[in-house]
Amino acid sequence: MAIAQGSLTPVLSAHWDEADSYTIGAYMRHGGYTAFKKAFQQGPDQIITTVKDSGLRGRGGAGFPTGLKWSFVPQGDGKPHYLVVNADESEPGACKDIPLMLANPHALIEGIIIASFAMRANHAFIYLRGEVPHVFRRVNNAIREAYQAGYLGKNIMGSGFDLEVVLHAGAGAYICGEETALLDSLEGRRGQPRLKPPFPAVAGLYASPSCVNNVETIANIPYIVNNGVDWFRSFGTEKSPGFKLFAVSGHVNRPGIYEAPLGITMRELLEHAGGVRNGHKVKFWLPGGSSVPMLTPEHLDTPMTYEAISEAGSMLGTGTPMVFDETTSVVRAVTGWLAFYKHESCGKCTPCREGTYWISDVLHRFEEGHGTEDDIDKLVEICQQISGRSFCALGDAASTPFPAALKYFRDEFLQATRTPANETYSPEKATVFAGVAR
Amino acid sequence: MTFTEETRVKAREIIARYPMSRSALLPMLHLVQSEEGFVSADGIALCAEELGLTTAEVAAVATFYTMYHRKPVGEYHIGVCINPGCGILGGDAIWSTLCNRLGIGNDEVTEDGKISLERIECQAACTHAPVMTANWEFLDNMTPESAVDVVEKLKSGQEVMSTRGPRIRSFKENEATLAGFDDGLVDAGVNADESMLAGLKRAKELGMSAPEAK
Repeated sequence: MAIAQGSLTPVLSAHWDEADSYTIGAYMRHGGYTAFKKAFQQGPDQIITTVKDSGLRGRGGAGFPTGLKWSFVPQGDGKPHYLVVNADESEPGACKDIPLMLANPHALIEGIIIASFAMRANHAFIYLRGEVPHVFRRVNNAIREAYQAGYLGKNIMGSGFDLEVVLHAGAGAYICGEETALLDSLEGRRGQPRLKPPFPAVAGLYASPSCVNNVETIANIPYIVNNGVDWFRSFGTEKSPGFKLFAVSGHVNRPGIYEAPLGITMRELLEHAGGVRNGHKVKFWLPGGSSVPMLTPEHLDTPMTYEAISEAGSMLGTGTPMVFDETTSVVRAVTGWLAFYKHESCGKCTPCREGTYWISDVLHRFEEGHGTEDDIDKLVEICQQISGRSFCALGDAASTPFPAALKYFRDEFLQATRTPANETYSPEKATVFAGVAR
Repeated sequence: MTFTEETRVKAREIIARYPMSRSALLPMLHLVQSEEGFVSADGIALCAEELGLTTAEVAAVATFYTMYHRKPVGEYHIGVCINPGCGILGGDAIWSTLCNRLGIGNDEVTEDGKISLERIECQAACTHAPVMTANWEFLDNMTPESAVDVVEKLKSGQEVMSTRGPRIRSFKENEATLAGFDDGLVDAGVNADESMLAGLKRAKELGMSAPEAK
């Protein structure tokens, strides 16, 4: 039976209401650590085929087909292979991998076992952002429990397959979410992106064939192997199969994690999240992080799929929508995001290093109420100069918020040539504690 | 300070986790920071010696990442997320309230050495906005009042619980955790809180679930 449009379908989050959900006992109570045994029987090539057939796309933001990415890792080349899990969740608005690792880290560990087996990697790393010690504890504990159960280490379950998993804490650098910067960081260097090609599949970690996958992507794998391609494809659309941890944040009544098939609309997600906070209405929203163009209320019925959101002029990104109501100054929001990109630019390439500085500088003038109409053209030009000309996607991301905001809210930037953003929009009214007795 | 042999043993333990020794550098910098509260010239020298790198190579890495501090931070290093998802929802107000209350600004430490403040970027907890951190433990859904309450308690040595994690410990203690040394606190705090469970609760109320495999 087809899943009804608008449904919630907890899979990764199905048992988070059990207090011990992060332990191996809880995971196994619900069928955990059975998928990797099936995978061992089926063999690596069959697993890659299954993941390809499932249509699973990377959940870290880019949406690249996961099975295809795995198949790029050359086989029989005699070199060590590495699986690297990107757990550096830092995209503004993205907050779904951190909860997943807090509440259900064993899905990630079992996914790592299967993925490593498929790409013939005997070493896997989880690169976790440093600013989350409690997530570090939960994931490290899961690794330890898996070793104790004999699911990691030498000759796992007599299969002849060896796998070592190491948890690695980063140290505060958004750029390390970019896969080649992550690899440099994991090698103990400054986290700056590498020139591609060669791609990580050919020369990644330690110049060996490597695959970098997002946490949620890998956590999907045991469920796909256990339940099959048809089951997985019963969620979502042809081009965007499967389910997604939608983290809905901002001016909504019940912000949180809502797991649903891809293809649910933002209006449906909003309803689940209790709607926009009382007495207010949506002004703009971002489907998946600050690096994707903002959309408006007219786009609320767009299905949350890679293809439909793209059609609407944005990107699904991390699938973690942020909603802002009419009390929000778009000038202030965009200025804040650009301060972020300026702060996080690694400095390696000139367009991004200099460009983020200039966009941020000029946007501050608007925030303070003395931008000029010429400044608008200047910002458009700077964004065009960065986009597609920087070393990695951070530059593209930095040149995204302003043009999108201008498209829908040009008047507000014109207003900001005369009036500071904080006078047009009271910051107090936009806070979650506005008007609440304290 | 001169590091003890014990620190060097721990550094070698970290190195042993990796196929290539240099990969140990980031956790080793967390380790030396756990001993001194910041990354000193001596800490850089220790990493360089153990890894066969120059001090310049280590310093280049240590200065790239914002979590490594070149001067001591407070016993409780407080982060306030000012990225728009939190800043607009109240993070900016919390930031100015704390600065006024403590009389310090970004990257500054109170005179008693107890509290330092940092404007932080997205902490991957936007569903819990406005978010703060104390030695990187989550303090979710904050207000200016609850923020002041937290720092006052920490200053006066009272217990403060993370909203998703353990009792707030010292900066140095948490740095040891991030270097990969188990602190036994995995079971502290909730497995999932109200926001993390919002969708599951709603699904159950509406009788919705994922289909079973055939």
